[in-house]
Amino acid sequence: MTAARLLALAAIRDGKYAVAFPFYGAERRGAPVVSYVRIDDQPIKVYSQIRNPDLILVLDPSVMDVVDVLHGMKQGGRVLLNGPEPRDMKGFPTLAVDLTGIALRERLVVAGSPILNTPVLGALAKMGIITLDSAKAAIREMFSDERNITAADAAYKELNA
Amino acid sequence: MLTVATGNKAVASAVKQACPSVVAAYPITPQTEIVEQIAEFVTSGELKSQYIPVESEHSAMAACIGASITGVRTFTATSSHGLAYMHEMVNWAAGARLPIVMANVNRALGPGWNIWAEHTDAFQERDTGWLQVYVGSVQEAYDATLMAFRIAEHESVLLPVMVNMDGFLLSHSMQPLQSVEVGDFIPPIHLPHAIDTAHPAGYGTLTGPDDYFRLRWDIERSMRDSVAVIRETQDDFAKKFGRKYDLVEEYRCEDADVVVIALGTLGKEAEVAVDLLRKEGHRAGSMRIRWLRPFPHLDLSGRDVVVIDRDYSFGFGGVIARSLAANERATPFSVIAGLGGQEVTYDDIAGFVRDRKPGEEMWFGVNGNV
Repeated sequence: MTAARLLALAAIRDGKYAVAFPFYGAERRGAPVVSYVRIDDQPIKVYSQIRNPDLILVLDPSVMDVVDVLHGMKQGGRVLLNGPEPRDMKGFPTLAVDLTGIALRERLVVAGSPILNTPVLGALAKMGIITLDSAKAAIREMFSDERNITAADAAYKELNA
Repeated sequence: MLTVATGNKAVASAVKQACPSVVAAYPITPQTEIVEQIAEFVTSGELKSQYIPVESEHSAMAACIGASITGVRTFTATSSHGLAYMHEMVNWAAGARLPIVMANVNRALGPGWNIWAEHTDAFQERDTGWLQVYVGSVQEAYDATLMAFRIAEHESVLLPVMVNMDGFLLSHSMQPLQSVEVGDFIPPIHLPHAIDTAHPAGYGTLTGPDDYFRLRWDIERSMRDSVAVIRETQDDFAKKFGRKYDLVEEYRCEDADVVVIALGTLGKEAEVAVDLLRKEGHRAGSMRIRWLRPFPHLDLSGRDVVVIDRDYSFGFGGVIARSLAANERATPFSVIAGLGGQEVTYDDIAGFVRDRKPGEEMWFGVNGNV
């Protein structure tokens, strides 16, 4: 949810319109959680859930054992995985970056869990969804610890887009 | 400053800027974040309010009533069962002519136990004498909360105002929020009948039919006068801060021969449906009712009308559809949809318009394929 919020904020800092919203069910650490982000050049009036996404971001690949993350994927849609290697996602263009590794390296760990929400913004910037400047601006608006910025920079560098 | 906020945070920010002297609240999902955020503002000293954590919603409204009658600004927030629980006091606040502002995050009532968006909770309070506004975005939640204080406290109104936003769809949705410098937009509160120990008077005493009748008529007179106050406040808001609101938000209605009517987020989604229908050659428009009380006049003459009710009055019908049938002599196609957070997309709404059957009632997903 924090990643979705940061992405929306960064898009707004890029001068676009954006909304982020969670799907509410069991929202707790460890349970599968779905969040949506819409980004547009026009004000966004759609409130219903995203059924045909342009981009699927999987922060915890183990969720793919229980959820079909590609359900409804738009033709030409892209996938971004947290992990050292891309894997086959039914032919959809797929990128991977080891966000967990970056977080551990930067000691970005809260309550025993590596923080993926800030480094992922760097990867999304590399993919051209947002600018790196706006990604960092959004992170700084929400978090004062500069390790978040270092981690976002690392993800930007390490993603082969 | 432009930022991103949830509807809950937006309301809390507006409350901070309106600076009520007393906030009394009890947490309930999905509005908990509003009162949590306000509590943080009070703890940090950003908001100089007396914050009264109470043991129930009934007590929350009772505490607001007790505070308000001393002539100070008061706020509380609630949702669904919390609102139902405070029902007795909700009546009292209006009857005692207290300009309390309350945010209600619209949510279905159980059982079946359900935490998602529906308007029936607030509609059950529609005859209490409260003004009710329904918002369609996070920005509007913020703007409407600021305006609610000025409208409620206006000498021609002196009635409580309920700001309604759809549970989760707005309360937990993060959207752009442009805050304003409030300045003198909300004048200092002056309650003419405030308790004054220098001039003792009786409050809440037994009232016979004659006086009671006069008091009831006085509520209705103020409700009618509130229309002008709402317009004047919204116009001044537009002049000062650049965002314009009406009692009903019309979208592409000028030449429309069919209009779809809804409240809250469904009213916004309907605008997307209208764009879709226009591309197909339908002359469609939409009307998003913002103020439920006072209930606005809608120009429906010569048009087909499709009403989406995210509510139901059992044994009667969709409240908005039946209200428009009575007030505007409309023969709406009455769609009951979105109950308990049921997903309704712009494609669905476009379908309601294409397949409309004036005079009939359709339970979306019940006559269909639940």
